[in-house]
Amino acid sequence: MMASMTAPETSTPATTVRLARTVAITSGKGGVGKTFFSANLAAALARQGLKVLVLDADLGLANLDVVLNLYPKITLHDVFTGKAQLEEAILPAPGGFSVLLAGSGLVEYSRLTPEIRDQLVTIFEAVKPRFDVILIDTGAGISDVVLYAVSMAHEVIVVATPEPTSMTDAYATIKVLSTQQSRENLHLVVNQVGRAGDGRSICNQLQQVVERFVQGPNGVAPKLSYLGDIPLDTSVREAVQKRQLVLELHPGCAASQGVVQVATRLLARS
Amino acid sequence: MPLALSDKFGRVLPFSPHSGCYSTARLERRDLFAPRCASLFLRHWSFAIASIDTASMPLDDSCAYAGELRLNKALNLLAQAGWVAPLGLEPGSDAWLQSVIDGLCDVSSRDALTGLANRRQFEGAIAREVDRVARNGEPALLLVADIDHFKRVNDTWGHAAGDEVIKSVAACLQDCVRPMDLVARIGGEEFAIILPNCPPTFGQAVSERIRQKVAARPVAIVGGQQLAVTVSIGGAFAPQWVRSSPAFWCERADQQLYRAKAEGRNRTCLDMPPLTVVSAEEKGMLFSGFGQFDPISDSGADHSVPKTSE
Repeated sequence: MMASMTAPETSTPATTVRLARTVAITSGKGGVGKTFFSANLAAALARQGLKVLVLDADLGLANLDVVLNLYPKITLHDVFTGKAQLEEAILPAPGGFSVLLAGSGLVEYSRLTPEIRDQLVTIFEAVKPRFDVILIDTGAGISDVVLYAVSMAHEVIVVATPEPTSMTDAYATIKVLSTQQSRENLHLVVNQVGRAGDGRSICNQLQQVVERFVQGPNGVAPKLSYLGDIPLDTSVREAVQKRQLVLELHPGCAASQGVVQVATRLLARS
Repeated sequence: MPLALSDKFGRVLPFSPHSGCYSTARLERRDLFAPRCASLFLRHWSFAIASIDTASMPLDDSCAYAGELRLNKALNLLAQAGWVAPLGLEPGSDAWLQSVIDGLCDVSSRDALTGLANRRQFEGAIAREVDRVARNGEPALLLVADIDHFKRVNDTWGHAAGDEVIKSVAACLQDCVRPMDLVARIGGEEFAIILPNCPPTFGQAVSERIRQKVAARPVAIVGGQQLAVTVSIGGAFAPQWVRSSPAFWCERADQQLYRAKAEGRNRTCLDMPPLTVVSAEEKGMLFSGFGQFDPISDSGADHSVPKTSE
């Protein structure tokens, strides 16, 4: 077991073994605002004084850079292929956190090869001691790459929207993570909620079906911990169009407050 | 006498790295793995044919004599196995020696009765498969099949009939699988099949197909009798991304075979990894009372902050 004791920053490296809290963000369905949520959650956590890294694990079709309006010269692909050092690929993002961006359009990342697996682990282990929180923004679906990226994290946030397809995919994701990764606790965030309270109802609904049909390896249904919802908000659309964080563009809007509340609850449930 | 056995792809099989043969021959280890390394060897020593179990042979300095004896031995062995040197090769030439080596490799890896892979080849193959699964995570299935009531066949119809049954089942198993799969005879009436890259969803279908094919093919024995033969099959998937051991994998498949036998024979039992499927019933329950979620009612409207959201 790796010791994860908290030590003051001034202590010698030999005694400072402090590893980041690692949280994977996944959804099953694409287009539910996963990447947008990851970026804004990172900003909300950074505002609390935490050193946050977002790892874009959507290796083949990454768009964290698009959301953040970044034009990276160096991506994870360059680190994987040995063209750049890891340090060069860790970039500062607006919002006060760091990002490790992936490339886009690389078919070779659509399958999990041993090389990708080894590279991801090496990189992940290297950044763990350097941050307080690492968010892993995964791709859509439940492919090998996504499941592997999720498996690296201690905690998982499942993002769903009230749309039936999204709920179904979130449910399937929860089921897979429970049976294949023995996850007993999963965080849930409901995005694009039209009516206050719907997020909580969706969580309850999912929990009911999970309890009836999902048995992890230990025979226990996973517990969904509800982190909150992010209301449907025109500010979000505006921020997306302007490629800015909604937390920066409209800090007081409903969506921003939703994100901040999710961050607060996440930190309260360590 | 340095010994090397090379297969037809130029890979050196067992050799003795402690024999000092590389330096004497001005060959290095990497030369051994180069294409055509066998002929390199043969150029340096007239007789570099090893017997099948090279490792256990004492090394001898009087190489020519010992080598010649071994070559004769090897040729006898091959003749017994029905091997004939390819036409047009001059005995003693590099190409001829290589074909002798290939023949030895073949003989040493096949079961004499059925022509299937023998236990030796099976053990090498399963060890490689375990490594492969650990490395690239592709699912792989191991099946073990045992002929039902085989002793009864032997006792009632004699050993010749028993041999016919074994040959027929062997041919049937070989017919049922893809070229990449390995079918081996690992015991008297016991067979093993390694199916690389076989997803768990197809495991049951594959093993059932094999079982049914065997059951549908009666075996003709001397005297015009037709014997109905069935097999029991047990199977297990290699744990993906995890380095397991061949012994553990075989044991899991064996346990399923015992189960198939205990449950009445002529059936297949698989040790299935957890499968995740979302059923229609689950989806139905997910949306029971779905009317309450209205994703588009407020679309476009600026949302006011819920004041009392817990």
